[in-house]
Amino acid sequence: MKILVCISKSPDTTSKIAFTDGNTKFDENGVQYIVNPYDEWYALVRALEIKEAQGGNVTIITVGNAADEAVIRKALAIGADDAVRIDADPTDAYFTAFQIAEYAKNNQFDLVLTGKETINYNGSQVGGMIAEAMDIPFISLATKLDINGSTLKLEQEILGGIQVVEVNAPAVVSCAKGMAEQRIPNMRGIMAARTKPLQVVAPVACDVMTAYTSYSLPEAKKACRMIDPNNMDELVNLLHTEAKVI
Amino acid sequence: MKTLVYIHSDNGISKASLEAVTYAKKIGSEVIAVSGGSSSDLAKLGEYGASKVLVDRAVVNGDAQQITRMVAAAAESTGAEIIVFSHEITAKAVAPRLSVRLKAGLISGAIALPDLSNGFSCKVNVFSGKAFGNVTVKTDKKIISLLPNSLQPEVTGAACAVEEFNSNAGSAAIKVVETKKPEGNIPLPEAELVVSAGRGLKGPENWGIVEDLANALGAATACSRPVADIGWRPHHEHVGQTGVAIRPNLYIAAGISGAIQHLAGVNGSKVIVVINTDSEAPFFKAADYGVVGDVFEILPKLTEAVKKFHAAN
Ligand SMILES: Cc1cc2nc3c(=O)[nH]c(=O)nc-3n(C[C@H](O)[C@H](O)[C@H](O)COP(=O)(O)OP(=O)(O)OC[C@H]3O[C@@H](n4cnc5c(N)ncnc54)[C@H](O)[C@@H]3O)c2cc1C
Ligand SMILES: Nc1ncnc2c1ncn2[C@@H]1O[C@H](COP(=O)(O)O)[C@@H](O)[C@H]1O
Repeated sequence: MKILVCISKSPDTTSKIAFTDGNTKFDENGVQYIVNPYDEWYALVRALEIKEAQGGNVTIITVGNAADEAVIRKALAIGADDAVRIDADPTDAYFTAFQIAEYAKNNQFDLVLTGKETINYNGSQVGGMIAEAMDIPFISLATKLDINGSTLKLEQEILGGIQVVEVNAPAVVSCAKGMAEQRIPNMRGIMAARTKPLQVVAPVACDVMTAYTSYSLPEAKKACRMIDPNNMDELVNLLHTEAKVI
Repeated sequence: MKTLVYIHSDNGISKASLEAVTYAKKIGSEVIAVSGGSSSDLAKLGEYGASKVLVDRAVVNGDAQQITRMVAAAAESTGAEIIVFSHEITAKAVAPRLSVRLKAGLISGAIALPDLSNGFSCKVNVFSGKAFGNVTVKTDKKIISLLPNSLQPEVTGAACAVEEFNSNAGSAAIKVVETKKPEGNIPLPEAELVVSAGRGLKGPENWGIVEDLANALGAATACSRPVADIGWRPHHEHVGQTGVAIRPNLYIAAGISGAIQHLAGVNGSKVIVVINTDSEAPFFKAADYGVVGDVFEILPKLTEAVKKFHAAN
């Protein structure tokens, strides 16, 4: 199988979230970037397991600028064979998906894997958009992926349960928890990553359909009201009369 | 402005779907709903503001490509400018496809009505609920996927006409082999009340007291990540930055420390109750009501108090 894994960067999950320029830009000051957890833990690791079991090749792709190469090297250290960086700002989900779909179409992949969502913008958009741009099936929120010849057998989340589905490659799959176990890169992987091929590709012309124009932070919570542990009737009463949630 | 709203009705019409119709009605002058499946309940969408429902009976348990073709055909035949989804599992696969197909900008996970004062923009959650963003759409046609529990469904009218609609959606490329659904559970993303527990419960054998409280309240159950990772609870119950993001009316957290990644998925909850032996647990900073105490004592007491309340009211 020739597998393409879409990798995005996201701020470390403990990052302080703040905005600058009149709340129009994310404040990157002091922010550490990591590989988006869904892309790394599930999509990339499952791709590597498939390759280890039946051979093939795992290419990672990211739409981003030169600063994102640190994140790419990390994904290479976990075991991907080679990397592609589309040299552009990932302006919106459509722009990002269009770039990836163009590359994938020209390079004949059997399988394109994405994470369930990016933990910064949380759109869950890019995977479905790639699939539509390539006119191939999209299996969203997959928790299990097995391959038998050119047939993919998957489990995916549906409302309140799980659905088992089958589809023929090529397809796009978005990967959620359960798909694989996180792998910690070892020293050999980190060394090898330095010399693995990283191809930089110019973007193709494409419309931008949406933009984040401003941001805001939630209002600070008022102080927590402490309830006597021996008086749960009071708590229930407050939930009814004050909070009005029961 | 004509607004089209997609309704997933294969397993009945969810509350989240009714929210989407209400939302569409608040935006548009005319709301038309489109659905696949065999539901006989669709006329009731009229009560929430739809003027008619188009139904393609050939699209039963359709895959995302079929549903995309169906909604695109409905958008074309009605001339709708705005297409609304409920941001649920089906929409997460269909809305992005439709965005590419119609060249219509997508607002994914909207939590408020659009703001038309400066173009067309909408508020969404970003950074896993740690902040909000305003997304501006630049295209003529717009797609909005509405986060469940962002507004309440409102009855404004009466049952409407249901018209058969042949969208030529083609056949499904994805074959459904099996569906596994735990019986009776309330799906977490839709639940208005949630009881959640963490490592403070010590082991899976102790979850009875969590379930008792959930049953007394009519709530769904959830858990912290380590609890799902060790296998005490199923993965789909894991809430937080890397789990399900929820925004119920009430979130009760028992024996959960309140790590930033956990808070990210739950701090959209309207009211948070925290029960923890450690008065310094970070979760208290995000809570509305706090109880410093042992879950093994507090949960049964709270369950009794809830039962007493329900018996009296
Ligand atoms: C990249 C990344 C992503 C993550 N994503 C998530 C996520 O999505 N969701 C998530 O939940 N976590 C996530 N985590 C993990 C998170 O950092 C915490 O480790 C986790 O939330 C802690 O779970 P916990 O509160 O159940 O356990 P602990 O931190 O061990 O807390 C247990 C709590 O129970 C209390 N307690 C103990 N005994 C009792 C008792 N008898 N009665 C009452 N209270 C008691 C303790 O005082 C303590 O506060 C993520 C971490 C990383 C690095
Ligand atoms: N800039 C990017 N480059 C490559 N892949 C991306 C990029 N942004 C998002 N993706 C992929 O698309 C998935 C869904 O992203 P999103 O639609 O932003 O939630 C992510 O988990 C990644 O796999």
